[in-house]
Amino acid sequence: MTYLTKPKLHHPELPKNKLGFTRRDYEGTVSTLCAGCGHDSITGAIIQACFELDIAPHRVAKLSGIGCSSKTPTYFLGQSHGFNTVHGRMPSVLTGANAANRDLIYLGVSGDGDSASIGLGQFAHVMRRGVNMTYIVENNGVYGLTKGQFSATADRGSKSKRGALNADESIDLALLALQLGATYVARSFSGDKAQLVPLIKGALTHPGAAFIDVLSPCVAFNNHEGSTKSYDYVREHNEAVNALDVITMHREITTQYDAGTVQEVKQHDGSVLRLRKIDAGYDASNRITAMNFVQERYARGEIATGLLYLNAHPRDLHDSLNTVATPLNQLNERELCPGNAALEKFNTLLR
Amino acid sequence: MKKIESVNDFVIKFANVNGSGSASANTLFAKSIMRMGVPISPRNIFPSNIQGLPTWYEVRVCEEGWLGRRGGCDLMVAMNPQTWEPDVAEIEPGGYLFYDSTRPMPQSKFRDDIHVLGMPLTEITNNAYSDPRQRQLFKNIIYVGALSALLEIDVPEIEKLIAEQYKGKEKLLEPNIKALHMGRDYALANLPCPLGIRVRRADRVGKKVFLEGNSAAALGCVYGGATFAAWYPITPSSSMAEAFAKHCRKFRTDPETSKNRFAIVQAEDELSSIGMVIGAAWNGSRAFTCTSGPGISLMSEFIGLAYFAEIPAVVFNVQRAGPSTGMPTRTQQADVLSCAYASHGDTKHVLLFPEDPKECFEHAAVSFDLADRLQTPVFVLLDLDIGMNERLCEPLKWDDSRHYDRGKVRSYQDLEAGARFGRYLDVDGDGITYRTYPGTHPKRGSFFTRGTSRDRYARYTEDGKAYVDNMQRLLRKFETAKDLVPKPERFDARKPSRFGVIYYGSTSPAMREALADLEAASVEIDALRIRSFPFHEEVIEWVNRHEHVFLVEQNRDGQLRTLLIAEGNVDPNKVTPVLHYDGTPITARFIRGEIAQRLGAFNVTPIKKTAATGGGE
Repeated sequence: MTYLTKPKLHHPELPKNKLGFTRRDYEGTVSTLCAGCGHDSITGAIIQACFELDIAPHRVAKLSGIGCSSKTPTYFLGQSHGFNTVHGRMPSVLTGANAANRDLIYLGVSGDGDSASIGLGQFAHVMRRGVNMTYIVENNGVYGLTKGQFSATADRGSKSKRGALNADESIDLALLALQLGATYVARSFSGDKAQLVPLIKGALTHPGAAFIDVLSPCVAFNNHEGSTKSYDYVREHNEAVNALDVITMHREITTQYDAGTVQEVKQHDGSVLRLRKIDAGYDASNRITAMNFVQERYARGEIATGLLYLNAHPRDLHDSLNTVATPLNQLNERELCPGNAALEKFNTLLR
Repeated sequence: MKKIESVNDFVIKFANVNGSGSASANTLFAKSIMRMGVPISPRNIFPSNIQGLPTWYEVRVCEEGWLGRRGGCDLMVAMNPQTWEPDVAEIEPGGYLFYDSTRPMPQSKFRDDIHVLGMPLTEITNNAYSDPRQRQLFKNIIYVGALSALLEIDVPEIEKLIAEQYKGKEKLLEPNIKALHMGRDYALANLPCPLGIRVRRADRVGKKVFLEGNSAAALGCVYGGATFAAWYPITPSSSMAEAFAKHCRKFRTDPETSKNRFAIVQAEDELSSIGMVIGAAWNGSRAFTCTSGPGISLMSEFIGLAYFAEIPAVVFNVQRAGPSTGMPTRTQQADVLSCAYASHGDTKHVLLFPEDPKECFEHAAVSFDLADRLQTPVFVLLDLDIGMNERLCEPLKWDDSRHYDRGKVRSYQDLEAGARFGRYLDVDGDGITYRTYPGTHPKRGSFFTRGTSRDRYARYTEDGKAYVDNMQRLLRKFETAKDLVPKPERFDARKPSRFGVIYYGSTSPAMREALADLEAASVEIDALRIRSFPFHEEVIEWVNRHEHVFLVEQNRDGQLRTLLIAEGNVDPNKVTPVLHYDGTPITARFIRGEIAQRLGAFNVTPIKKTAATGGGE
């Protein structure tokens, strides 16, 4: 058995959010990943983000593909419906789920093997369709479950645990997401919870396709010298462009920043994304400059992190499909079936 | 010279060039005969290309109402010089050839045993029209006009049809009527009108409707409550998705907000289509995709997931000739096995075999009930012949007292009331477990869906006992399905017979005609039309009751026969395959010939010999 439940005992004084849930109510089963795995930190960040946003866990649908990262949805939001689909094809399942019930919050968790190789096509199309979701790639540049092969996000020239050099160019999923039309694109590091949690919160409140590329070192197969996805390498080359605060519509705004370095973006539900610019020249509202910035930094061996791009008023899939406000899975027979009288009329047109 | 003489019983074939705009003129011709109360069964025979290559439209006119393809051709409208020789060769002796005589042709291009009707169509259209596109389009209407005189088709019927076609575009109405009469007048003045074959008003169509199987299936999806469709274009299924969109716009737009009570996504590929369907169905929508053979191959991994994770998904497979790309615009019933066992590991899927557009409608609607009830993929197997050809059938009907069977779903109230919930607990012993839709209850009823093995509470496990328990339950569920799927249809011979014939799907019209012919020749044979898989108990009993059974299908390997042997455990020696798989729709002529020949081997001599027992095509 590889399924381990967590004890349900809660400390009576654990802080509760507005819904009366403690942070532990957002947990899942015990992780079976390696000790120190970056993915577990991301799990922790998701738990914290959902707790802080007062999200009812059962209103989240969590979906994943196949791989280490895709195992993680069992480790958070135990009261949510989860779906571990097939390798690389989580985006299509999520798209269908979203089409059926627009009222839930969709969280897709994937890995670099899952999204950048077999799933690259579905990754591209879920972004261009503007499916309202948070899509997190837990990116370690390596295939952990099959013991250490390079993935498509491994940098050219980086070294495997066995010492082999990667000869292929890497795929930058954040850049791709920018190009493909995602309306919220961020990059972060699993070891930087202070940056990651607000980015996840921002993505969860974003009413469109939100993508976060999270560099998440693999302690077993990609945390050595020569790897560009190791803890040490990412810490040394991480360059944050901004920091984010998410202020939900029902929460008083308390955080203050110096004028001129803060950009506030109000979203359709009233939530405010407050961006503190660390790189004063960075403009997160411009897709093209964001792409250029990321590429320039990459050429210099740096990893740009933070909220790279935001369109606060995106069109989502339902806007494109012009669907009714009622979730499709809640329409009743009267609303769906035209009945025999309409059929008889239709018959007359066929003679 | 012999002259084919026949009223309301002949085959006319139009040989055209793809993209020349002949399709609407040819349909106009066929429908005008139908409006005269004479049953028709037209078929598009077209190559896999966009423009410029040959295309044919074959119309069987048959007062008796047989709708299968007859074979042969009594009148060829030869409008494509590229296919002249085979087209001319196809005409029955004593038949007729209608052609464009603008350019003189050597006598050697004709046959002595057919009647030739030349009309300078190009010259007439060039004189009447200067615009090249008009010349091309009106030439088609002009030959329809000429045919109306040659076959004595009622002109007002054609005019009414043109008026219906151009309703709202009145500017186009008059030129079309003019072209029609131009052709008609020429024929009356210059050609031997009427021909030996002709049409007389009859009352044999009645309330029947005329539509494509794909369109009917799409409408069945609307009536069946499908709210989500994802698809990827592939011949011959694309028109089903397009028809669903059209029907939805008509029937499913909220009158107050103009918003859609449906969602249709043209996916990036077949993998994504079925993935979206699975996601939507997991979340409580009735969802489907439509595809053809290669699409099933691509979808197979996901289909296995839906089977194992027990998610309803409806898949329409409008079959074409395989394997691989095969003949993409030709018909076959060659995906029976690939659908029955789609995906790796031990899987079995529910299949439905509609016989005509009416049943395409009904099976489409019922497929969603079955998928929800059984929480499993359900395949509706059409084929190109039934999907992309308009066919006469009984009017579509809907019982307004009918309610959707959403299967075993635990609601908020159920969970709140403390209903026992384990996603894969077989509470009722029928192999079907209860599910919940995501977002139902804050504290109860959530579960994790996965393609890996799990216990009865949806928890991942590699415990062999739990795996076997689950796989056995899936078998139990498949047993339950036998009583839920559409039952077979039985046609008993007038006298008890040792012999039986099984058929399914679009083979029906040809089969029924063949049976009538055999009966007329005093060959007594029982028939059984299989409408679904898993096989109803009655199917196996029926086979076992007969000394010998023929199984008629349109594929090389006798795929349904294989399924019958593998799943029904019937004696292979008992079931003789009768197979037709050249890509054209099977004919009664072929079936009766094959059966008569094989009966000969069983020492069955018809009481009276007729042409019906004479042999195959």
